[in-house]
Amino acid sequence: MATEALSSWGGDLASGLVRNSLALLARFISGASVRWLDSQPDTCQRVYFANHTSHLDAVVLWSALPPEVRVLTRPVAAKDYWTAGPIRRFLSGRVFNAILIDRTDIKVHRSPVDLMTREIGHQYSIIVFPEGGRSSGPDVQEFKSGLYYLCRRRPDLELIPVYIDNMNRILPRGEVLPVPLLTSITFGPPMWLEAGEPKHHFLARAREAVRRIQQLRGSS
Amino acid sequence: MLVSDFKTLGLIGGVLLLLAIASAVAQILARRSDSGLDRAIVDTFRRRVRSWWVLYALLAFAFFVHPTATIVFFFFISFWALREFITLTPTRPGDQRTLFWVFVVCTPAQFVLVGLKQYELYSILIPVYAFLLIPAGIALSGDPKRFLERTAKIQSGLLISVYCLSFAPALLTLELPRLPSGYEDPYRHARLLFFFVLMTQLSEALQYAWSQVPGRHPVVPSISPTRTWEGLFGGTASAMLLGGALWWATPFRGSDWWMAAVMSGVISIMSFAGGLSMSAIKRDRGVHDYGTLVEGHGGVLDRIDSICFAAPVFFHLTRLWANWAIAAQPPAP
Repeated sequence: MATEALSSWGGDLASGLVRNSLALLARFISGASVRWLDSQPDTCQRVYFANHTSHLDAVVLWSALPPEVRVLTRPVAAKDYWTAGPIRRFLSGRVFNAILIDRTDIKVHRSPVDLMTREIGHQYSIIVFPEGGRSSGPDVQEFKSGLYYLCRRRPDLELIPVYIDNMNRILPRGEVLPVPLLTSITFGPPMWLEAGEPKHHFLARAREAVRRIQQLRGSS
Repeated sequence: MLVSDFKTLGLIGGVLLLLAIASAVAQILARRSDSGLDRAIVDTFRRRVRSWWVLYALLAFAFFVHPTATIVFFFFISFWALREFITLTPTRPGDQRTLFWVFVVCTPAQFVLVGLKQYELYSILIPVYAFLLIPAGIALSGDPKRFLERTAKIQSGLLISVYCLSFAPALLTLELPRLPSGYEDPYRHARLLFFFVLMTQLSEALQYAWSQVPGRHPVVPSISPTRTWEGLFGGTASAMLLGGALWWATPFRGSDWWMAAVMSGVISIMSFAGGLSMSAIKRDRGVHDYGTLVEGHGGVLDRIDSICFAAPVFFHLTRLWANWAIAAQPPAP
């Protein structure tokens, strides 16, 4: 009993250490500059939704958050990718504390939205990429409807649009060798699902929020 | 030994004093909002002073730790500058592989060769091998769109931020003429590098100061309205005076004391050329500085543009002078 507690404590310490050093490493590799545009870091429950162009997006976004927010923020990721091999399993399970979605086993009664609402409880925030898959260019694709259903279940969640710049040049789709260019991550102002807002309207509004940050960056 | 220590300490201590004064001035200006000075100028000055401290710490390090530490430091600066350069350069997915090799192999290799004092290798690694292999690598990707432009941009980035900059730490490996007294001076190389970096920063500061005198005539108003003829001439002349006055700290000694002044003039002109060229690139890319990606401070490349342009020229001229001086020396007893 005592040894079990000790080893779990040791494991926590190790994953905590790995967590912080990995965040630092990710910050260095991505050279990320982080800015909050009409927005503030906060530990309240949030949904960070961002454009998706690279496998590293979730890690880079996660590492851009302040440490006290980071421990409460869980990326939502694909189960098949993040459980392949012991390193990915350790990272997704112990370090990122990821919520893993089984892409091959999506059913009505076991929908990812159920899983997400259960996993976040009244404590955690999540990182989602509502485009579904990774896009190959800088354009933000249409959003999938999961974000809408999640917000209908939990309208109290604060939605933070995030634009990740340049990741598609660092590790584009289909490449394995990353080029160490500099990224920037911009957090936008919070938004919510309005009462009675239609699905397509909400999804278009959310996508527009990400694209607005992209345009603001381009003009600055 | 004692004499050389006096020189080294004099140089390090003198610059430390200058920096302390600059920091104090920056603090006072920042506190006083009624100084009548433009806020932006004060902020720029404070950022400058901060980057001077970093450069100073880096170079002071070279005196006390192994020269390899300095070379490693310059490698990191180079690497970061190249990141900034390529980030602001539009590349296409087909350039990915080539860029990977440029960052991961070519850049470290250049500094390893400098550390190994392989002049014949590091002086041609990038201008010959990288120069030829970059277009070949991009052609292999099978994407011909704007081929020459993409190639040239990667080549320029590599040449400016890696090749040119590597000649600054390469000063530590230069063969210098024997001292007449016959004893070894362990700090000569470190002082040469220190002198070089000091003169690039001083000439930039002097050019800026001289640009503030009334009767401003911009050299190229369409590229940089703040760089004036007054700044160029006044800055270069005063840099030559200051550099000449520092001849005792350099290897240019005895009958060659005027070399320190001439070299300072060359550094000043090359600093001007560097700042102007980088301004032109920034104008073209429509950014204010390379660090716009990193909020709150200018980029690394903005701070080192003058060093990048002056380093290879200063290295080359110093090497010519050293070889000539060595040839003129009587053979070792």
